[in-house]
Amino acid sequence: MAFIIALTIWAVGWWINGRLANGPRSDSRAISLLIPIIFGVTIIAMWEVLVTMLGVSPIILPPPSSIAVRFAGEIPILWADFEQTILKGALTGYVVGMIAAFTVALLADRSEFLTKGILPVGAFMAALPIVGTAPIFVKWLGSDWHSKAAVVGVMVFFPILVNTVAGLKDTSVMQRDLMRTYGAGYWPTLFKLRLPAALPFMFNGLKIATTLALIGAIVAEFFGSPTVGMGFRISTSVGQLALDMVWAEIVVAALAGSAFYGAMALIEKRATFWHPSQRS
Amino acid sequence: MNIRGIIPALVVVGVIFAIWTAAVIPMNAHLTADQAQRDGLVMTPEAPRDRQDFTGLTLAIKNPAIIPLTYTLTRPRLPSPHQVAIEMYETIFTKAPTSRRSLVYHGWVTLSATLLGFVIGTTLGVLLAVGIVYNRTMDKSVMPWAITSQTIPILALAPMIIVMLGAIGIQGLLPKSIISAYLSFFPVVVGMVKGLRSPDGMQLDLLRTYSANANQGFWKLRLPASMPYLFASLKIGISAALVGAIVGELPTGARAGFGARMLVGDQYGQPMVTWAALFGAAITAALLVAILSWIERRTLTRMGMGAMA
Repeated sequence: MAFIIALTIWAVGWWINGRLANGPRSDSRAISLLIPIIFGVTIIAMWEVLVTMLGVSPIILPPPSSIAVRFAGEIPILWADFEQTILKGALTGYVVGMIAAFTVALLADRSEFLTKGILPVGAFMAALPIVGTAPIFVKWLGSDWHSKAAVVGVMVFFPILVNTVAGLKDTSVMQRDLMRTYGAGYWPTLFKLRLPAALPFMFNGLKIATTLALIGAIVAEFFGSPTVGMGFRISTSVGQLALDMVWAEIVVAALAGSAFYGAMALIEKRATFWHPSQRS
Repeated sequence: MNIRGIIPALVVVGVIFAIWTAAVIPMNAHLTADQAQRDGLVMTPEAPRDRQDFTGLTLAIKNPAIIPLTYTLTRPRLPSPHQVAIEMYETIFTKAPTSRRSLVYHGWVTLSATLLGFVIGTTLGVLLAVGIVYNRTMDKSVMPWAITSQTIPILALAPMIIVMLGAIGIQGLLPKSIISAYLSFFPVVVGMVKGLRSPDGMQLDLLRTYSANANQGFWKLRLPASMPYLFASLKIGISAALVGAIVGELPTGARAGFGARMLVGDQYGQPMVTWAALFGAAITAALLVAILSWIERRTLTRMGMGAMA
Protein backbone atom coordinates (compact mmCIF):
# COMPACT_ATOMS: atom_id res chain seq x y z
CA MET A 1 0.00 0.00 0.00
CA ALA A 2 2.72 2.44 1.01
CA PHE A 3 4.64 1.72 -2.16
CA ILE A 4 1.56 2.28 -4.31
CA ILE A 5 0.91 5.67 -2.72
CA ALA A 6 4.58 6.63 -3.05
CA LEU A 7 4.61 5.56 -6.69
CA THR A 8 1.45 7.54 -7.35
CA ILE A 9 3.00 10.65 -5.80
CA TRP A 10 6.09 10.12 -7.94
CA ALA A 11 4.05 9.60 -11.10
CA VAL A 12 1.92 12.70 -10.48
CA GLY A 13 4.98 14.85 -9.73
CA TRP A 14 6.84 13.56 -12.77
CA TRP A 15 3.81 14.00 -15.02
CA ILE A 16 3.32 17.62 -13.94
CA ASN A 17 7.03 18.31 -14.41
CA GLY A 18 7.01 16.60 -17.78
CA ARG A 19 4.11 18.77 -18.91
CA LEU A 20 5.81 21.90 -17.60
CA ALA A 21 9.27 21.08 -18.96
CA ASN A 22 8.05 20.23 -22.44
CA GLY A 23 5.37 22.91 -22.47
CA PRO A 24 5.51 26.13 -24.45
CA ARG A 25 6.62 28.40 -21.60
CA SER A 26 9.21 26.08 -20.06
CA ASP A 27 12.05 28.58 -20.37
CA SER A 28 10.29 31.30 -18.43
CA ARG A 29 11.74 32.18 -15.06
CA ALA A 30 8.75 31.10 -12.99
CA ILE A 31 8.50 27.67 -14.62
CA SER A 32 12.21 26.91 -14.34
CA LEU A 33 11.92 27.75 -10.65
CA LEU A 34 8.70 25.79 -10.18
CA ILE A 35 9.93 22.51 -11.69
CA PRO A 36 12.77 21.80 -9.23
CA ILE A 37 10.49 22.85 -6.36
CA ILE A 38 7.85 20.33 -7.45
CA PHE A 39 10.62 17.73 -7.76
CA GLY A 40 11.85 18.46 -4.23
CA VAL A 41 8.32 18.39 -2.78
CA THR A 42 7.68 15.05 -4.53
CA ILE A 43 10.78 13.52 -2.95
CA ILE A 44 9.89 14.82 0.52
CA ALA A 45 6.29 13.60 0.19
CA MET A 46 7.47 10.12 -0.86
CA TRP A 47 9.95 10.07 2.00
CA GLU A 48 7.20 11.02 4.49
CA VAL A 49 4.75 8.42 3.16
CA LEU A 50 7.26 5.58 2.99
CA VAL A 51 8.80 6.22 6.41
CA THR A 52 5.54 6.66 8.31
CA MET A 53 3.49 3.95 6.57
CA LEU A 54 6.24 1.33 6.60
CA GLY A 55 7.01 2.15 10.23
CA VAL A 56 10.70 2.76 9.62
CA SER A 57 12.43 3.33 12.93
CA PRO A 58 13.27 7.02 13.50
CA ILE A 59 16.75 5.82 14.43
CA ILE A 60 17.30 4.91 10.80
CA LEU A 61 15.46 7.66 8.98
CA PRO A 62 13.12 10.14 10.66
CA PRO A 63 10.18 11.45 8.58
CA PRO A 64 10.47 15.03 7.29
CA SER A 65 7.56 16.12 9.52
CA SER A 66 9.39 15.19 12.72
CA ILE A 67 12.53 16.94 11.42
CA ALA A 68 10.46 20.06 10.82
CA VAL A 69 8.93 19.84 14.31
CA ARG A 70 12.36 19.39 15.83
CA PHE A 71 13.71 22.30 13.79
CA ALA A 72 10.94 24.60 14.94
CA GLY A 73 11.30 23.49 18.55
CA GLU A 74 15.07 23.85 18.81
CA ILE A 75 15.60 27.20 17.14
CA PRO A 76 17.53 28.73 20.09
CA ILE A 77 20.01 25.81 20.13
CA LEU A 78 20.29 25.75 16.35
CA TRP A 79 20.93 29.48 16.33
CA ALA A 80 23.65 29.16 18.98
CA ASP A 81 25.31 26.38 16.96
CA PHE A 82 25.02 28.44 13.79
CA GLU A 83 26.59 31.42 15.52
CA GLN A 84 29.48 29.36 16.92
CA THR A 85 30.31 27.33 13.81
CA ILE A 86 29.37 29.52 10.86
CA LEU A 87 29.54 33.10 12.06
CA LYS A 88 32.59 32.74 14.32
CA GLY A 89 34.50 29.76 12.92
CA ALA A 90 33.78 29.62 9.20
CA LEU A 91 33.36 33.32 8.42
CA THR A 92 36.43 34.48 10.36
CA GLY A 93 38.57 31.80 8.75
CA TYR A 94 37.14 32.61 5.33
CA VAL A 95 38.00 36.30 5.61
CA VAL A 96 41.49 35.63 7.00
CA GLY A 97 42.24 32.98 4.34
CA MET A 98 40.91 35.27 1.61
CA ILE A 99 43.07 38.24 2.67
CA ALA A 100 46.14 36.01 2.98
CA ALA A 101 45.52 34.46 -0.44
CA PHE A 102 45.08 37.86 -2.12
CA THR A 103 48.26 39.17 -0.50
CA VAL A 104 50.35 36.18 -1.52
CA ALA A 105 48.85 36.30 -5.02
CA LEU A 106 49.85 39.94 -5.43
CA LEU A 107 53.37 39.20 -4.18
CA ALA A 108 53.66 36.16 -6.43
CA ASP A 109 52.40 38.18 -9.35
CA ARG A 110 55.33 40.59 -9.13
CA SER A 111 57.80 37.86 -10.03
CA GLU A 112 57.56 35.38 -12.87
CA PHE A 113 59.67 32.92 -10.89
CA LEU A 114 57.34 32.94 -7.87
CA THR A 115 54.25 32.52 -10.04
CA LYS A 116 55.76 29.49 -11.72
CA GLY A 117 56.62 28.06 -8.32
CA ILE A 118 53.38 28.83 -6.51
CA LEU A 119 50.90 27.70 -9.17
CA PRO A 120 51.86 23.99 -9.24
CA VAL A 121 52.40 23.84 -5.48
CA GLY A 122 49.09 25.64 -4.91
CA ALA A 123 47.20 23.35 -7.29
CA PHE A 124 48.76 20.37 -5.55
CA MET A 125 47.83 21.65 -2.09
CA ALA A 126 44.25 22.41 -3.19
CA ALA A 127 43.76 18.70 -3.98
CA LEU A 128 45.00 17.51 -0.59
CA PRO A 129 42.72 16.41 2.24
CA ILE A 130 43.41 19.54 4.28
CA VAL A 131 40.67 18.66 6.78
CA GLY A 132 43.42 16.43 8.21
CA THR A 133 45.01 19.50 9.75
CA ALA A 134 42.01 19.80 12.09
CA PRO A 135 43.41 17.73 15.00
CA ILE A 136 46.69 19.66 14.85
CA PHE A 137 45.06 23.07 14.94
CA VAL A 138 42.66 22.03 17.68
CA LYS A 139 45.67 20.97 19.75
CA TRP A 140 47.51 24.23 19.11
CA LEU A 141 44.75 26.78 19.38
CA GLY A 142 42.35 25.15 21.80
CA SER A 143 38.89 23.81 21.15
CA ASP A 144 37.02 27.11 20.74
CA TRP A 145 36.27 28.71 17.38
CA HIS A 146 39.82 30.01 16.84
CA SER A 147 41.09 26.59 15.83
CA LYS A 148 38.13 26.17 13.46
CA ALA A 149 38.90 29.51 11.87
CA ALA A 150 42.50 28.39 11.36
CA VAL A 151 41.45 25.14 9.67
CA VAL A 152 39.05 27.09 7.43
CA GLY A 153 41.71 29.68 6.66
CA VAL A 154 44.16 27.04 5.47
CA MET A 155 41.48 25.20 3.49
CA VAL A 156 40.22 28.23 1.58
CA PHE A 157 43.70 29.72 1.04
CA PHE A 158 44.85 27.53 -1.85
CA PRO A 159 41.80 27.56 -4.14
CA ILE A 160 41.55 31.34 -3.83
CA LEU A 161 45.30 31.74 -4.35
CA VAL A 162 45.45 29.56 -7.47
CA ASN A 163 42.44 31.28 -9.04
CA THR A 164 43.67 34.78 -8.23
CA VAL A 165 47.15 34.16 -9.62
CA ALA A 166 45.62 32.71 -12.79
CA GLY A 167 43.24 35.66 -13.01
CA LEU A 168 46.00 38.26 -12.69
CA LYS A 169 47.61 36.72 -15.79
CA ASP A 170 44.39 36.98 -17.76
CA THR A 171 45.05 40.16 -19.71
CA SER A 172 46.11 40.24 -23.32
CA VAL A 173 49.43 41.72 -24.44
CA MET A 174 47.51 44.33 -26.36
CA GLN A 175 45.62 45.52 -23.28
CA ARG A 176 48.86 45.78 -21.31
CA ASP A 177 50.57 47.63 -24.16
CA LEU A 178 47.67 50.05 -24.26
CA MET A 179 48.15 50.78 -20.56
CA ARG A 180 51.84 51.36 -21.26
CA THR A 181 51.08 53.85 -24.03
CA TYR A 182 48.95 55.71 -21.48
CA GLY A 183 52.11 55.88 -19.35
CA ALA A 184 50.51 53.80 -16.56
CA GLY A 185 52.91 52.26 -14.06
CA TYR A 186 52.50 49.05 -12.08
CA TRP A 187 49.84 50.24 -9.64
CA PRO A 188 47.48 52.00 -12.09
CA THR A 189 47.75 48.98 -14.39
CA LEU A 190 46.98 46.69 -11.46
CA PHE A 191 43.95 48.62 -10.23
CA LYS A 192 42.49 49.74 -13.56
CA LEU A 193 43.17 46.72 -15.76
CA ARG A 194 44.45 43.57 -14.11
CA LEU A 195 42.42 43.38 -10.90
CA PRO A 196 39.11 43.96 -12.71
CA ALA A 197 40.15 41.38 -15.30
CA ALA A 198 41.01 38.93 -12.50
CA LEU A 199 37.64 39.32 -10.75
CA PRO A 200 35.81 36.46 -12.54
CA PHE A 201 38.62 34.09 -11.57
CA MET A 202 38.75 35.40 -8.02
CA PHE A 203 35.03 34.91 -7.56
CA ASN A 204 35.32 31.39 -8.91
CA GLY A 205 37.82 30.64 -6.14
CA LEU A 206 35.71 32.45 -3.55
CA LYS A 207 32.61 30.45 -4.49
CA ILE A 208 34.45 27.12 -4.24
CA ALA A 209 35.79 28.26 -0.88
CA THR A 210 32.32 28.89 0.63
CA THR A 211 31.54 25.16 0.81
CA LEU A 212 35.06 24.33 1.97
CA ALA A 213 34.72 26.85 4.78
CA LEU A 214 31.59 25.20 6.17
CA ILE A 215 33.06 21.70 5.80
CA GLY A 216 36.27 22.75 7.57
CA ALA A 217 34.43 24.38 10.46
CA ILE A 218 32.07 21.42 10.98
CA VAL A 219 34.68 18.67 10.61
CA ALA A 220 37.16 20.45 12.91
CA GLU A 221 34.55 20.26 15.67
CA PHE A 222 34.70 16.47 15.54
CA PHE A 223 38.19 16.84 17.07
CA GLY A 224 37.08 18.86 20.04
CA SER A 225 34.79 21.81 20.64
CA PRO A 226 33.01 23.63 23.43
CA THR A 227 29.53 22.23 24.10
CA VAL A 228 28.06 24.27 21.28
CA GLY A 229 28.50 24.17 17.52
CA MET A 230 27.09 22.26 14.57
CA GLY A 231 29.81 19.62 14.43
CA PHE A 232 29.53 19.07 18.19
CA ARG A 233 25.73 18.77 17.99
CA ILE A 234 25.91 16.37 15.04
CA SER A 235 28.40 14.02 16.68
CA THR A 236 26.65 14.02 20.09
CA SER A 237 23.16 13.67 18.58
CA VAL A 238 24.37 10.74 16.49
CA GLY A 239 25.64 9.18 19.71
CA GLN A 240 22.22 9.64 21.32
CA LEU A 241 20.49 8.35 18.17
CA ALA A 242 18.56 11.63 17.96
CA LEU A 243 18.65 11.62 14.19
CA ASP A 244 15.94 14.25 13.81
CA MET A 245 18.30 16.69 15.53
CA VAL A 246 21.11 15.70 13.15
CA TRP A 247 18.80 16.33 10.21
CA ALA A 248 17.78 19.69 11.67
CA GLU A 249 21.48 20.63 11.79
CA ILE A 250 21.87 19.45 8.20
CA VAL A 251 18.98 21.69 7.18
CA VAL A 252 20.80 24.58 8.87
CA ALA A 253 24.03 23.65 7.08
CA ALA A 254 22.23 23.44 3.74
CA LEU A 255 20.51 26.80 4.23
CA ALA A 256 23.73 28.45 5.41
CA GLY A 257 25.77 26.95 2.57
CA SER A 258 23.29 28.03 -0.09
CA ALA A 259 22.94 31.50 1.41
CA PHE A 260 26.71 31.93 1.64
CA TYR A 261 27.18 30.79 -1.96
CA GLY A 262 24.24 32.88 -3.09
CA ALA A 263 25.66 35.97 -1.40
CA MET A 264 28.98 35.45 -3.17
CA ALA A 265 27.24 34.93 -6.51
CA LEU A 266 25.25 38.13 -5.94
CA ILE A 267 28.39 40.16 -5.20
CA GLU A 268 29.98 38.60 -8.25
CA LYS A 269 27.07 39.68 -10.38
CA ARG A 270 27.40 43.25 -9.14
CA ALA A 271 31.18 43.34 -9.50
CA THR A 272 31.59 41.62 -12.85
CA PHE A 273 28.45 42.79 -14.67
CA TRP A 274 30.60 43.48 -17.74
CA HIS A 275 31.82 39.89 -18.13
CA PRO A 276 30.37 37.75 -20.96
CA SER A 277 29.26 35.01 -18.54
CA GLN A 278 27.03 37.52 -16.71
CA ARG A 279 25.22 38.75 -19.80
CA SER A 280 22.03 36.89 -20.51
CA MET B 1 56.46 19.40 -16.86
CA ASN B 2 59.89 20.39 -18.04
CA ILE B 3 62.98 21.09 -15.94
CA ARG B 4 62.58 24.86 -16.04
CA GLY B 5 59.08 24.52 -14.61
CA ILE B 6 60.22 22.26 -11.80
CA ILE B 7 62.91 24.53 -10.34
CA PRO B 8 60.54 27.32 -9.16
CA ALA B 9 58.20 24.75 -7.63
CA LEU B 10 61.13 23.13 -5.82
CA VAL B 11 62.24 26.51 -4.49
CA VAL B 12 58.74 27.23 -3.16
CA VAL B 13 58.62 23.79 -1.51
CA GLY B 14 62.11 24.45 -0.08
CA VAL B 15 60.97 27.76 1.40
CA ILE B 16 57.94 26.08 2.97
CA PHE B 17 60.20 23.44 4.57
CA ALA B 18 62.63 26.15 5.78
CA ILE B 19 59.77 28.05 7.46
CA TRP B 20 58.54 24.80 8.99
CA THR B 21 62.01 23.96 10.31
CA ALA B 22 62.44 27.44 11.76
CA ALA B 23 58.98 27.34 13.37
CA VAL B 24 59.85 24.18 15.28
CA ILE B 25 62.07 26.16 17.70
CA PRO B 26 59.49 28.67 19.02
CA MET B 27 56.63 26.15 18.88
CA ASN B 28 58.44 23.60 21.03
CA ALA B 29 60.50 25.94 23.22
CA HIS B 30 58.30 25.76 26.31
CA LEU B 31 57.92 21.99 26.26
CA THR B 32 61.66 21.57 25.66
CA ALA B 33 62.57 23.94 28.49
CA ASP B 34 60.40 21.97 30.93
CA GLN B 35 61.95 18.71 29.80
CA ALA B 36 65.51 20.12 29.93
CA GLN B 37 64.96 21.39 33.47
CA ARG B 38 63.83 17.95 34.62
CA ASP B 39 67.02 16.60 33.05
CA GLY B 40 69.13 18.96 35.18
CA LEU B 41 69.82 21.90 32.90
CA VAL B 42 69.51 25.41 34.34
CA MET B 43 66.88 27.47 32.54
CA THR B 44 67.00 31.25 32.62
CA PRO B 45 63.64 31.99 34.21
CA GLU B 46 63.76 29.10 36.63
CA ALA B 47 60.08 28.79 37.52
CA PRO B 48 58.01 27.18 34.72
CA ARG B 49 55.28 29.69 35.52
CA ASP B 50 57.57 32.63 34.71
CA ARG B 51 58.51 31.02 31.41
CA GLN B 52 54.89 31.20 30.29
CA ASP B 53 55.25 34.99 30.12
CA PHE B 54 57.85 34.70 27.36
CA THR B 55 57.16 33.87 23.76
CA GLY B 56 58.75 30.72 22.42
CA LEU B 57 61.27 32.72 20.45
CA THR B 58 62.59 34.83 23.37
CA LEU B 59 62.76 31.72 25.52
CA ALA B 60 64.90 30.00 22.89
CA ILE B 61 67.20 33.03 22.60
CA LYS B 62 67.63 33.22 26.38
CA ASN B 63 68.43 29.49 26.52
CA PRO B 64 70.37 28.66 23.36
CA ALA B 65 71.08 25.20 24.78
CA ILE B 66 67.49 24.06 24.18
CA ILE B 67 67.47 24.94 20.47
CA PRO B 68 68.87 21.61 19.24
CA LEU B 69 66.66 19.80 21.76
CA THR B 70 63.47 21.24 20.22
CA TYR B 71 64.04 18.97 17.24
CA THR B 72 64.20 15.74 19.22
CA LEU B 73 61.13 15.86 21.51
CA THR B 74 59.12 12.65 21.51
CA ARG B 75 55.80 14.49 21.81
CA PRO B 76 56.40 17.87 20.17
CA ARG B 77 53.72 20.44 19.45
CA LEU B 78 55.25 20.76 15.99
CA PRO B 79 57.43 17.84 14.88
CA SER B 80 60.37 18.71 12.68
CA PRO B 81 60.35 17.51 9.05
CA HIS B 82 62.96 14.83 9.73
CA GLN B 83 60.93 13.41 12.63
CA VAL B 84 57.87 13.06 10.38
CA ALA B 85 60.06 11.52 7.69
CA ILE B 86 61.47 8.96 10.15
CA GLU B 87 58.00 8.11 11.47
CA MET B 88 56.74 7.65 7.91
CA TYR B 89 59.73 5.54 6.94
CA GLU B 90 59.27 3.31 9.97
CA THR B 91 55.53 2.84 9.58
CA ILE B 92 55.69 2.30 5.83
CA PHE B 93 58.85 0.31 5.18
CA THR B 94 59.82 -1.45 8.42
CA LYS B 95 56.40 -2.83 9.40
CA ALA B 96 54.65 -5.67 7.63
CA PRO B 97 51.84 -4.25 5.47
CA THR B 98 49.32 -6.41 7.38
CA SER B 99 50.33 -5.05 10.79
CA ARG B 100 48.00 -2.61 12.53
CA ARG B 101 51.00 -0.35 13.09
CA SER B 102 51.75 -0.12 9.40
CA LEU B 103 50.65 3.02 7.58
CA VAL B 104 50.31 0.94 4.42
CA TYR B 105 47.60 -1.12 6.14
CA HIS B 106 45.68 1.98 7.21
CA GLY B 107 46.24 3.60 3.86
CA TRP B 108 44.76 0.60 2.10
CA VAL B 109 41.67 0.67 4.32
CA THR B 110 41.01 4.28 3.35
CA LEU B 111 42.07 3.80 -0.26
CA SER B 112 39.79 0.82 -0.86
CA ALA B 113 36.80 2.78 0.47
CA THR B 114 37.84 5.75 -1.68
CA LEU B 115 38.20 3.71 -4.86
CA LEU B 116 34.96 1.76 -4.39
CA GLY B 117 33.10 5.00 -3.69
CA PHE B 118 34.76 6.75 -6.61
CA VAL B 119 33.74 4.00 -9.04
CA ILE B 120 30.14 3.97 -7.75
CA GLY B 121 29.91 7.77 -7.77
CA THR B 122 31.44 8.16 -11.22
CA THR B 123 29.22 5.48 -12.77
CA LEU B 124 26.04 6.94 -11.32
CA GLY B 125 27.20 10.45 -12.17
CA VAL B 126 27.80 9.62 -15.84
CA LEU B 127 24.47 7.80 -16.10
CA LEU B 128 22.59 10.71 -14.53
CA ALA B 129 24.39 13.16 -16.83
CA VAL B 130 23.30 11.17 -19.88
CA GLY B 131 19.74 11.19 -18.54
CA ILE B 132 19.88 14.94 -17.96
CA VAL B 133 21.20 15.64 -21.45
CA TYR B 134 18.59 13.49 -23.20
CA ASN B 135 15.55 14.07 -20.99
CA ARG B 136 14.25 17.59 -20.68
CA THR B 137 12.11 16.86 -17.62
CA MET B 138 15.11 15.43 -15.80
CA ASP B 139 17.24 18.37 -16.81
CA LYS B 140 14.73 20.86 -15.51
CA SER B 141 14.01 19.06 -12.23
CA VAL B 142 17.32 17.43 -11.20
CA MET B 143 19.96 19.82 -12.52
CA PRO B 144 19.09 22.76 -10.21
CA TRP B 145 19.34 20.38 -7.24
CA ALA B 146 22.68 19.03 -8.45
CA ILE B 147 24.04 22.58 -8.57
CA THR B 148 22.51 23.59 -5.24
CA SER B 149 23.89 20.48 -3.58
CA GLN B 150 27.40 21.72 -4.36
CA THR B 151 26.82 24.63 -2.00
CA ILE B 152 25.80 22.33 0.88
CA PRO B 153 28.47 20.98 3.22
CA ILE B 154 27.59 17.37 2.45
CA LEU B 155 30.21 16.08 4.86
CA ALA B 156 27.84 16.99 7.67
CA LEU B 157 25.87 13.95 6.51
CA ALA B 158 28.77 11.58 7.02
CA PRO B 159 28.26 10.58 10.66
CA MET B 160 24.56 10.09 10.11
CA ILE B 161 24.94 7.89 7.07
CA ILE B 162 27.31 5.68 9.02
CA VAL B 163 24.89 5.38 11.94
CA MET B 164 21.93 4.79 9.64
CA LEU B 165 23.67 2.02 7.78
CA GLY B 166 25.06 0.64 11.03
CA ALA B 167 21.50 0.41 12.37
CA ILE B 168 20.47 -1.82 9.49
CA GLY B 169 23.60 -3.92 9.85
CA ILE B 170 25.89 -2.50 7.18
CA GLN B 171 29.34 -1.69 8.48
CA GLY B 172 32.93 -1.39 7.39
CA LEU B 173 33.79 -0.46 3.85
CA LEU B 174 30.40 0.36 2.38
CA PRO B 175 29.25 3.32 4.55
CA LYS B 176 32.52 5.16 3.90
CA SER B 177 32.27 4.34 0.21
CA ILE B 178 28.79 5.80 0.07
CA ILE B 179 30.09 9.10 1.45
CA SER B 180 32.95 8.99 -1.08
CA ALA B 181 30.51 8.15 -3.87
CA TYR B 182 28.26 11.03 -2.90
CA LEU B 183 31.14 13.48 -2.93
CA SER B 184 32.57 12.36 -6.28
CA PHE B 185 29.08 12.08 -7.80
CA PHE B 186 28.21 15.75 -8.26
CA PRO B 187 31.41 17.06 -9.83
CA VAL B 188 31.06 14.24 -12.36
CA VAL B 189 27.39 15.04 -13.08
CA VAL B 190 28.03 18.74 -13.58
CA GLY B 191 31.21 18.19 -15.64
CA MET B 192 29.68 15.46 -17.80
CA VAL B 193 26.54 17.47 -18.56
CA LYS B 194 28.75 20.35 -19.66
CA GLY B 195 30.90 17.96 -21.70
CA LEU B 196 28.05 16.13 -23.41
CA ARG B 197 26.60 19.49 -24.40
CA SER B 198 29.92 20.86 -25.64
CA PRO B 199 29.55 19.89 -29.34
CA ASP B 200 28.35 23.01 -31.11
CA GLY B 201 25.49 23.38 -33.55
CA MET B 202 27.73 22.98 -36.56
CA GLN B 203 29.07 19.63 -35.42
CA LEU B 204 25.56 18.38 -34.62
CA ASP B 205 24.36 19.56 -38.03
CA LEU B 206 27.24 17.79 -39.72
CA LEU B 207 26.18 14.52 -38.07
CA ARG B 208 22.64 15.13 -39.23
CA THR B 209 23.84 15.54 -42.82
CA TYR B 210 25.55 12.15 -42.41
CA SER B 211 22.07 10.94 -41.32
CA ALA B 212 23.51 9.60 -38.07
CA ASN B 213 20.94 8.42 -35.56
CA ALA B 214 20.81 9.46 -31.88
CA ASN B 215 22.86 6.46 -30.82
CA GLN B 216 25.68 7.23 -33.22
CA GLY B 217 25.50 10.88 -32.26
CA PHE B 218 26.12 9.88 -28.67
CA TRP B 219 28.97 7.41 -29.18
CA LYS B 220 30.76 9.20 -32.00
CA LEU B 221 30.35 12.85 -31.09
CA ARG B 222 28.96 13.65 -27.64
CA LEU B 223 30.88 11.08 -25.62
CA PRO B 224 34.31 11.76 -27.17
CA ALA B 225 33.72 15.50 -26.91
CA SER B 226 33.00 15.17 -23.20
CA MET B 227 36.31 13.49 -22.34
CA PRO B 228 38.30 16.61 -21.32
CA TYR B 229 35.43 17.68 -19.07
CA LEU B 230 35.13 14.18 -17.63
CA PHE B 231 38.80 14.03 -16.67
CA ALA B 232 38.70 17.49 -15.10
CA SER B 233 35.76 16.33 -12.96
CA LEU B 234 37.40 12.99 -12.15
CA LYS B 235 40.44 14.77 -10.73
CA ILE B 236 38.22 16.88 -8.47
CA GLY B 237 36.06 13.86 -7.67
CA ILE B 238 38.86 11.56 -6.55
CA SER B 239 40.31 14.01 -4.05
CA ALA B 240 36.79 14.69 -2.78
CA ALA B 241 36.28 10.92 -2.48
CA LEU B 242 39.44 10.60 -0.38
CA VAL B 243 38.32 13.42 1.94
CA GLY B 244 34.96 11.69 2.22
CA ALA B 245 36.52 8.38 3.22
CA ILE B 246 38.73 10.07 5.82
CA VAL B 247 35.87 12.07 7.30
CA GLY B 248 33.73 8.92 7.28
CA GLU B 249 36.24 7.40 9.68
CA LEU B 250 36.18 10.30 12.13
CA PRO B 251 32.92 10.50 14.04
CA THR B 252 32.16 6.88 14.74
CA GLY B 253 35.44 5.66 16.10
CA ALA B 254 36.63 3.58 13.17
CA ARG B 255 39.65 1.47 14.10
CA ALA B 256 41.56 1.58 10.84
CA GLY B 257 42.29 4.08 8.11
CA PHE B 258 43.92 7.51 7.86
CA GLY B 259 41.01 9.21 9.64
CA ALA B 260 41.18 6.72 12.50
CA ARG B 261 44.93 7.32 12.82
CA MET B 262 44.42 11.09 12.98
CA LEU B 263 41.82 10.61 15.71
CA VAL B 264 43.98 8.14 17.67
CA GLY B 265 47.02 10.41 17.46
CA ASP B 266 44.87 13.29 18.67
CA GLN B 267 43.23 11.46 21.58
CA TYR B 268 46.28 9.63 22.89
CA GLY B 269 48.66 12.58 22.48
CA GLN B 270 50.84 11.01 19.80
CA PRO B 271 51.38 13.87 17.37
CA MET B 272 53.66 11.79 15.11
CA VAL B 273 50.80 9.39 14.37
CA THR B 274 48.57 12.30 13.32
CA TRP B 275 51.28 13.89 11.19
CA ALA B 276 52.21 10.62 9.51
CA ALA B 277 48.54 9.98 8.70
CA LEU B 278 48.17 13.51 7.34
CA PHE B 279 51.19 13.13 5.07
CA GLY B 280 50.12 9.61 4.13
CA ALA B 281 46.76 11.00 3.03
CA ALA B 282 48.46 13.83 1.15
CA ILE B 283 50.74 11.44 -0.72
CA THR B 284 47.81 9.16 -1.53
CA ALA B 285 45.80 12.09 -2.91
CA ALA B 286 48.76 13.27 -4.99
CA LEU B 287 49.31 9.77 -6.40
CA LEU B 288 45.64 9.34 -7.28
CA VAL B 289 45.52 12.68 -9.08
CA ALA B 290 48.82 11.92 -10.82
CA ILE B 291 47.50 8.55 -12.06
CA LEU B 292 44.36 10.22 -13.40
CA SER B 293 46.42 12.93 -15.11
CA TRP B 294 48.54 10.25 -16.75
CA ILE B 295 45.46 8.39 -18.02
CA GLU B 296 44.04 11.72 -19.16
CA ARG B 297 47.17 12.58 -21.17
CA ARG B 298 47.29 9.12 -22.76
CA THR B 299 43.59 9.14 -23.65
CA LEU B 300 43.46 12.65 -25.02
CA THR B 301 46.66 12.18 -27.03
CA ARG B 302 45.25 9.05 -28.63
CA MET B 303 42.03 10.91 -29.39
CA GLY B 304 44.02 13.69 -31.06
CA MET B 305 43.30 16.21 -28.33
CA GLY B 306 46.78 16.06 -26.81
CA ALA B 307 47.25 19.81 -26.89
CA MET B 308 44.32 20.28 -24.53
CA ALA B 309 45.73 18.09 -21.78
